[in-house]
Amino acid sequence: MLLMLLDSSEKFGPGMAPQTKRIEVTLESVLESVDLAESIVMRVSGAAGFGEDDCHRIGMSIREGVINAYNYGNHKDRRKKIFFTIVFEPEKMVVRILDQGTGFELSAVPDPLAEENLLRTSGRGIFLMRAFMDEFIVKHGPEGGAELIMAKRLPDSRHDNGGSSASGEKES
Amino acid sequence: MTLHATCRDNTDVAVVDFSGRITLGEGSALLRDTIRNLTSIGKKKILLNLADVDYIDSAGIGELVGAYTTVRNASGELKLLNLTKRVHDLLQITKLVTVFDVQDEEWTAIHSFK
Repeated sequence: MLLMLLDSSEKFGPGMAPQTKRIEVTLESVLESVDLAESIVMRVSGAAGFGEDDCHRIGMSIREGVINAYNYGNHKDRRKKIFFTIVFEPEKMVVRILDQGTGFELSAVPDPLAEENLLRTSGRGIFLMRAFMDEFIVKHGPEGGAELIMAKRLPDSRHDNGGSSASGEKES
Repeated sequence: MTLHATCRDNTDVAVVDFSGRITLGEGSALLRDTIRNLTSIGKKKILLNLADVDYIDSAGIGELVGAYTTVRNASGELKLLNLTKRVHDLLQITKLVTVFDVQDEEWTAIHSFK
């Protein structure tokens, strides 16, 4: 299920964020990839100093992103890949999840909180990612597909900035 | 962590103790099968004890909503018992606390069914 792990340039550790800048993982479109991606990002975010609750939120967001790619982007087609990247910028951890589907418009996703949608059995993944991460956007990938880009401000940078974010952080 | 379900009959209320994660795949399938089995044998009052469930993803939430609808369509009632903080928070932000009857104490929950 895990095809490659590239450019994890340093060992994980308490000072991981400044040392390890980029991790790239290519996942197969199988159910196990969902747990694997969540597990990787939980370990990386823990090593980067995020607290337990934030690790949970980040892990769940990435889980939802990979579910989205597996279910709706690649339609569970094992021949299609899910490209999962974690990049550490000076103040935030950025995660990208790219599928090989046809892409979608964020504005076309129904609001799961609307009265008429409350009893729907699907359609809450995007909402959860937006709720749990500080930044969330969807782009069309360079070769098609949907690219989910989400970010969480690093704990140290929150402290330095008094816990606020220029990008409209939702403090937990 | 795999999801486990144990069903108990308490008078005419079926209490199901879940433990583990209700997530895409086996977890959400087990929840779906459990509800189908209970409704197929005529159980109409179902109490899901989620005290040992600390993780539900969007697929699990969808399955809970599906369970609620399945039981309601069979003229029954489905209630939730003993939510962990994370699960409660999840139902809160998704506004599903306004849909589900959430109970904190088993005896009270059992006697709250019509």
